[in-house]
Amino acid sequence: MNQTYSIAGVSAVVLATVLVGALGLRISRTTSDFYVASRSVPPRLNAFAVSGEYLSAASFLGVAGLVLAQGSDMLWFPIGYTAGFLVLLAFVAAPLRRSGAYTLPDFAEARLESRAVRRIASILVVGVGWLYLLPQLRGAGLTIRLLTGAPGWLGGLVVAAVVTVAVAAGGMRSITFVQAFQYWLKLTALLVPAVFLLLAWRSDHTPAPVWDERPVFQRSTQVRLDGPLTLTVEEPVRITVTGTVDGRARHGGPLTLDAGTHRIGAGTVLRFPSGARVPLPGTGGAGTAPSSGTNPLSAGREQHGLYTTYGLILATFLGTMGLPHVVVRFYTNPDGRAARRTTLVVLGLLGAFYLLIPLYGVLGRLYAPDLLLTGDTDAAVLVLPQRLIGGVGGDLLGALVAGGACAAFLSTVSGLTMSVAGVLAQDVLPTLGIRHFRLATLPAIAVPTAANAVVSDLPVADAVGLAFAVSASSFCPLLVLGIWWRGLTPPGAVAGLLLGGGSALTAVTVTIAGGAGSGWLHTLLAWPALWSVPVGFAAMVLISLATRDRVPASAAATMARLHLPEALTGHPGPATP
Amino acid sequence: MTALGTVVLALAGLALFALGAALGHAGARRQQENPAGPGTPVERATFHTLHTASLAAPPLRAGLTPDTARKAAKRLRPLLGTVALALTDEESVLAWDGVGDHHREEAEAQLAQAVRAGRTQTFALSCGNDTCPVRWGVVAPLGVDGRVPGTLAAFGDAESAVMVRAAEEVARWVSVQLELVDLDRARSGVIEAEIRALRAQISPHFVYNSLASIASFVRTDPERARELLLEFADFTRYSFRRGGDFTTLAEELRSIEQYLELARARFGRRLEVTLRIAPEVLPVTLPFLCLQPLVENALKHGLEESADRGRITIIAEDEGTEARVVIEDDGVGMDPQRLRDILRGRGGPSAGIGLSNVDMRLRQVYGDDHGLVIETGVGAGTKITVRVPKFRPGIRPAPLPAG
Repeated sequence: MNQTYSIAGVSAVVLATVLVGALGLRISRTTSDFYVASRSVPPRLNAFAVSGEYLSAASFLGVAGLVLAQGSDMLWFPIGYTAGFLVLLAFVAAPLRRSGAYTLPDFAEARLESRAVRRIASILVVGVGWLYLLPQLRGAGLTIRLLTGAPGWLGGLVVAAVVTVAVAAGGMRSITFVQAFQYWLKLTALLVPAVFLLLAWRSDHTPAPVWDERPVFQRSTQVRLDGPLTLTVEEPVRITVTGTVDGRARHGGPLTLDAGTHRIGAGTVLRFPSGARVPLPGTGGAGTAPSSGTNPLSAGREQHGLYTTYGLILATFLGTMGLPHVVVRFYTNPDGRAARRTTLVVLGLLGAFYLLIPLYGVLGRLYAPDLLLTGDTDAAVLVLPQRLIGGVGGDLLGALVAGGACAAFLSTVSGLTMSVAGVLAQDVLPTLGIRHFRLATLPAIAVPTAANAVVSDLPVADAVGLAFAVSASSFCPLLVLGIWWRGLTPPGAVAGLLLGGGSALTAVTVTIAGGAGSGWLHTLLAWPALWSVPVGFAAMVLISLATRDRVPASAAATMARLHLPEALTGHPGPATP
Repeated sequence: MTALGTVVLALAGLALFALGAALGHAGARRQQENPAGPGTPVERATFHTLHTASLAAPPLRAGLTPDTARKAAKRLRPLLGTVALALTDEESVLAWDGVGDHHREEAEAQLAQAVRAGRTQTFALSCGNDTCPVRWGVVAPLGVDGRVPGTLAAFGDAESAVMVRAAEEVARWVSVQLELVDLDRARSGVIEAEIRALRAQISPHFVYNSLASIASFVRTDPERARELLLEFADFTRYSFRRGGDFTTLAEELRSIEQYLELARARFGRRLEVTLRIAPEVLPVTLPFLCLQPLVENALKHGLEESADRGRITIIAEDEGTEARVVIEDDGVGMDPQRLRDILRGRGGPSAGIGLSNVDMRLRQVYGDDHGLVIETGVGAGTKITVRVPKFRPGIRPAPLPAG
């Protein structure tokens, strides 16, 4: 990959983001422009912004990587990411906007009139935000490592620094325009290269990918292994090696690998011929760290496929409504009707985006199967233009994709950082005072950055799934029951948040720390939604029924306000002359 | 970093967190349970009683409802040392703390007399259950301003003069707390009335000036005059509307637009307005007519008191959980001391009440750290900053008038 083009592409995206952020305010100099300047955000623009903020590194890089590695089962990820908005549209969008809440803790307080529920909701928002930030920073690290060769944690640190400076300096003033711009940038960065990739694939006589066995190298491919690795070869293959194989040093000579396992030393460069089957990577022998080729979550997925798939579906369908950066964007809508329209447009925009992603996964399976050896499957989207097209054209398209990836993690990281910082400043660190919103961006992003440096490999899309699981087990019960059931009581909400959200949070923390080994226990902890969502709902309903006398006095009035159109309850909607 | 190292690190972090939380909790508890430290047993008992009473006070200050009664009864029962204690309204038991809940109805039968007579009543209770310790009760009425809004009932296993006396004393203490509730209500009522009175004060000068400038267009530019009259009508409809103390920033800006349009009719090209509005903050709820007086102030200092051109800048920005609105003019400014006097309401009749009124209302609604921030000096222009939280429980924009 040509670094100069890609770095230029990434820099251009950062620069454009800052410029749009700083200059995108609606400025008017005469009173006759007043109307334009003070017009609220139309649903379509807000939908662009929601989509821009929502399409993260997990969507841009992670899903294609998972499809490359594990095939079409992984299409549940994009389906779930999109369908979450369908649930949001049907059950939550308009009433949430009518509640007047800016954040989820605000909603908890508005509906239940309890400071205790608010505090617990705040802690969970911060937890979900940090969990979601972690894979974004990993995606950033991965992209910057591929572009410059810098270690992964450094990339995360750079992005964290850029976002902190931008937020703290007030460079994200016109966040709606920035995020809307990012959506179109991301779509372009996938769409344009996809056209060229498809043309290149056609001129290559449209080979079909192999799903039920190990893929083959379409072309002669050179692979550089950074760490030690054992390879399981199924049929003898003649390769060229520079480095150590089975303990013997080689210097560029040809070598036939027999069927069986082989130990490859760190820093070895292998060249596989066209048509060779990709060997199965294993651990690098006794005493060394697990190779990046196997990751903790996919192991569980292979063992208990049905369970994990349903876990994923439940988490993504129900988790979207509890993502802090999505919720705050709905405040920008002038009324509940606009909130619903925004969600509808978002569904279309996300659908368009996610149609392109599996394409990259399939082409990656064909043309970049070596990523299975190095474990960098998340990089599939980034390397494909170079692999298929090459030359200056490939470099330029690669730069475009790199810029899109950069937009993906910049927009999500800045949105998440701002919403986590808001909650931190308001609820968790009240001693800082409400004026210190900008100060709170520091802990908001420092914690996930530190965790990113410590925690070892976790595929980007998997880690996002964990954040969805926590959100689905805590905020989904709170929002759905809070909006649709007048019997919800503060003690019930506290119990549901603590039991559902708390257990899911504990499970994913153990998973990220790598504490559960393997087997059923690991699977249950890594895909908690299937048990933690029912736990959350059951706790909320049962405890609410047991504390029926604690239903807030104004529950009926609040419910009326949530469900009646603004024109009836008198909330000012669009001006009616 | 190996997986083992990560686990150890995570566990160590968790342990540290738990330790800190436990220490903090224990410290707070110690402080709470032992408010006085050492002392004679009598002193300790006194402190304990006062402390318990102080814990019961906050719920009662919200009035007598089932929820507050439950919280208060939990605190009051240790004070009396009875097996059961109930707080009631005029007819029914609001909260029963302690054993013998099945005597609820029997006790309710005794309420009417105590409420009507306004005197303490004692009565015996019959119970089929031999182990039930609730055999006898005392109902002490709560007197607030000559009314009896409820009673305090205490129950024991035998008649006791000490308990009657203690129940009366506690009932008197509860009555005082409830009287304070009435006082709070009266005070907020006064403030509300004050806000209502202050709210609709559009400066009469403005009405006069607007009509005069519209009149000047009637012959030369009738179309313009008609437009201005419509703006004037819209502006007054918004400003004179009844009901609802809150509006949205978008609505407020719309009214300012009309105001400035009318002002331009008078000042023409001398008035320059720059707006920088972040659309994210337009749905923010804020007190009704809290920006218009600030613009009026800027206009007054930026233009009326000097012959040159004047520029007014209005900026609304997103600041996380808050919106920041800045209104700036490059006019003659003001002596900070005089400004301080105006904000304290000692500015004299010429000062107008716009600024101090807005400042007071903002502090009232959002707390003292959300008052106006004014930067000014003689000849240095004026910059007024308002910070409004995006969400506050109970604050909602009011309906638009129909039509």
